[in-house]
Amino acid sequence: MSIFDLFRKQQKQAPNTAAIAKERLQIIVAHSRGKNEPLDFMGKLQLELIEVISRYVKIDKDQVRVALERNDERSVLELNITLPDA
Amino acid sequence: MSNETKKNAEVIVVTSGKGGVGKTTTSAAFSSGLAEQGYRTVVIDFDVGLRNLDLIMGCERRVVYDFINVIQGEATLNQALIKDKRFDNLYILPASQTRDKEALDKDAVGRIIDELKKDFDYIVCDSPAGIESGALMALYYADHAIVVTNPEVSSVRDSDRILGILSSRSKRAEEGRDRIKEFLLITRYSPSRVAKGEMLSVKDVQEILSVPLLGVIPESKAVLKASNEGVPVILNKDSDAGQAYEDCVKRFLGKEIPMRFTEKVGFFQRLFGAATE
Repeated sequence: MSIFDLFRKQQKQAPNTAAIAKERLQIIVAHSRGKNEPLDFMGKLQLELIEVISRYVKIDKDQVRVALERNDERSVLELNITLPDA
Repeated sequence: MSNETKKNAEVIVVTSGKGGVGKTTTSAAFSSGLAEQGYRTVVIDFDVGLRNLDLIMGCERRVVYDFINVIQGEATLNQALIKDKRFDNLYILPASQTRDKEALDKDAVGRIIDELKKDFDYIVCDSPAGIESGALMALYYADHAIVVTNPEVSSVRDSDRILGILSSRSKRAEEGRDRIKEFLLITRYSPSRVAKGEMLSVKDVQEILSVPLLGVIPESKAVLKASNEGVPVILNKDSDAGQAYEDCVKRFLGKEIPMRFTEKVGFFQRLFGAATE
């Protein structure tokens, strides 16, 4: 290994932080543009779900979890209700 | 003023979401540039409570009445308009330093803009930072928007947010007319840092925001010098930032001007090219 390789190596190792910035921005911008007001309905959805389910089953309000997970290809709406012990 | 050669007045908002990216510098440069090109231009400071356009334009000691005085009928528009000392077709309407942004009433602002449209070709609205009433008011009546963005994550995200607001909360959007024409202006750009991978490139920012590029203003010592002196940087014809702004004005007016100051400057170019100081 010559002394020049040392310099070259050092130059290559400088991290490209601009590329990281770009990737992070592309993700948040795509998400914020993807749907109108993306998460605004979540609270209301949760309340209405609780209301509907309580018509049939006695549930604890705190035992209902609604989560929306999104990645580039698809969104997953996850509903998790713990029913009380029978 | 004679109305014989009067073109249809157009309202330009200079906006960004994030503060400190160069909105007021751009408003001052752009309005001076339009005046220099022969257009009757007025620039309005919408940053009520934190006025600064007067300082950047160098007319702070001539402010008697302001925008809010006119809105509330305490002064006439002609009393509040300050004539620029360099161009006699350029006027400044300063913001109030003592009131708050809630004093900006949508209908009253609309009436003032309509009145200004009779006398001016271009009405440049210098928006405050943020997305609250002052910023919303500055963009409400706009026909064009210059979105000032630094090549930096928080500024780019805020610009995206402002683009969303421009397309949904302006008068044009509310009335279902053609949307505001948006332009991206990248400021404080450092080609050498981009070359090192330390800064988002013009292409990166443009890809993320997908708005037509009006121009790129390089990071330049000339900008601080200009604000120190109260002379819009566009008037410093030897400076890179001044030349870049002049290109932007010409592009805005429809001329095809190639981008400059976007590539790393070599040693010899630095010797013979535009001064960055």
